[in-house]
Amino acid sequence: MASSFSIKHQPGFTAIAATCFVVLYLPIVVLVVYAFNAAASTSEWGGFSLKWFQSAWQNTQVIDATLRSFQIGATAAILATIAATMAALATTRTAAYPGLTFKYAAINQPLMVPEIVTGVALLIFFSRIKIFTGYSGLGYLIAAHTAFCIPFAYLPIRARLENMDLTLERAAADLYATPWRTFRRITLPLLWPGILAGLMLAFVISLDDVVITEFVKSGGQDTLPTYMLGQIRRGITPEINAISTVFLLLSVAIVTLFFFISRKRD
Amino acid sequence: MPEQPGRNAIEVRGVRKVYGTGESQVAALDTVSVSIRENEFFTLLGPSGCGKTTLLRLIAGFDFPSAGEILLYGQDIAPLPPFKRPVNTVFQSYALFPHMTVAENIGFGLEMLGKPKAEIKARVGEMLKLVKMEALSGRRTSQISGGQQQRVALARALAPQPKVLLLDEPLSALDYKLRKEMQIELKRLQHETGITFIFVTHDQEEALTMSDRIAVMSSGKILQVGTPWDIYDKPAERFVADFIGETNFLTAAITVMGNGKVRATLKSGAAIEATVAEGFQPKGNATVVVRPEHAKLTNGKGDLSGTVENIVYFGTDTHIHVHLDSGEAFTVRQQNTRSASCGFEKGDKVGISVGNDAAQVLRD
Repeated sequence: MASSFSIKHQPGFTAIAATCFVVLYLPIVVLVVYAFNAAASTSEWGGFSLKWFQSAWQNTQVIDATLRSFQIGATAAILATIAATMAALATTRTAAYPGLTFKYAAINQPLMVPEIVTGVALLIFFSRIKIFTGYSGLGYLIAAHTAFCIPFAYLPIRARLENMDLTLERAAADLYATPWRTFRRITLPLLWPGILAGLMLAFVISLDDVVITEFVKSGGQDTLPTYMLGQIRRGITPEINAISTVFLLLSVAIVTLFFFISRKRD
Repeated sequence: MPEQPGRNAIEVRGVRKVYGTGESQVAALDTVSVSIRENEFFTLLGPSGCGKTTLLRLIAGFDFPSAGEILLYGQDIAPLPPFKRPVNTVFQSYALFPHMTVAENIGFGLEMLGKPKAEIKARVGEMLKLVKMEALSGRRTSQISGGQQQRVALARALAPQPKVLLLDEPLSALDYKLRKEMQIELKRLQHETGITFIFVTHDQEEALTMSDRIAVMSSGKILQVGTPWDIYDKPAERFVADFIGETNFLTAAITVMGNGKVRATLKSGAAIEATVAEGFQPKGNATVVVRPEHAKLTNGKGDLSGTVENIVYFGTDTHIHVHLDSGEAFTVRQQNTRSASCGFEKGDKVGISVGNDAAQVLRD
């Protein structure tokens, strides 16, 4: 009997797949390994040590940048998720009308416009406002991060809404629930996994951003990624590896956490 | 309005529903008027796209009419949103809330009406008992079977004691046996609760067996309203006769006899007595319908003559398809007995006698 077609049995499949995985993960493995290097090199092994984690922990600049990253990330993710939820409701709970497609495009625009363009545009825009108002706090960074996080939060929320049976909301209205109570009792609880996914995604995207942050930040407003970039220009020590490793673990933890939350919900 | 027995629960007056604008306008409902009496099991019957679900949605409030009024006990509810209408719906997909238990689903309407907790609990208990679901009150709706979900959907819609219950093809997702069971169950619930039911279906058998009255719809219009007996035996239009059960259509020359009766001269030359659809005044040639079970096959001469074309055995009866000498087709349904065959064979020359009260003249 002829076995059914499987891509696995195509010549070269295993080699290509293996190469892809090696190219993807080997550098990360090397980075993590050298975070535990006792020597001050990122390429020569000098024995096992946790001293770079210790030095990062005691580096006030690192702590400072990390806290700032979290502050910006958390605020921007929450604001972006609220905006994205409202946008998703407005674009799915309506009959199709001319201009709806344009609205989808407008909401998703930050995914398509090169970050460098947004960065430069915001730099010019915010610098005028800075001169005009004299305010130079974290507000600009939070506003910028919120803006480019919205489409990332929007996508999972909209996907969830589109898969939700509209009849459920109709049934609630039929059973004397006002539109607000229908939203509170039916739509929101069922949408919750989508909102959480959007929130996590927005947070991770914000935490990770370099380009726009680099353009928008004022002096002394380094986030963890821009701080690391600045350090690398002055020469790399395994401290960067240690910070990256912690960063990696954090991302994995967030994604895993979300995975379990969403699985439990369904 | 004076309160009197047999008053109308719902009055639909000149309701139109038009979708789209300009050239692409489609009338889903074309000036429909119908009255539905209190405590009635009323069925809207028709093929898909006939406007029956649209009419139900307008009564529920999920959509608003382009013109006309919908009166609920004399009050125009057409402009009200669904949550302000004392009318509940059983959805085709049941639409149970997946994040709530069976009991929470049933209590939802009462909760939204702001009823006290103790009252909700008592009423939910009553409803669970009514639909025989007491044992599963704490279950999630995803953990119960399709038939059980159907019962919960019914209980949920009945719990707030609506003035009218709307049912949108609620049995279509169930298998044959369960559907038969639920048909009886629905009749029982309607009897016990005394609530007016408006039932939408495309299944003519379901409509005939369950309804007090039926409205047959096609292309956005109500063609005929009547008891199942009226609809089956005195169809007003060709579409109604064709949609409900099996029918033979014959062309005949009509001469009026008076008293609501006419003499119909068939193509074979034989003349039979026929009743006339209400409000119809046939002139010259018209269509006559005869149900297959109201005609008899004979070996000799009858009102019609032809050749047996096909014989189909159905267990309880046999359908004999005859090609008439006039070129028309005619089916006779004959009750089976255990010991004998139907007595005819393919190719036999046969006569057909039409019963005295078997023919109805109707609009094309």
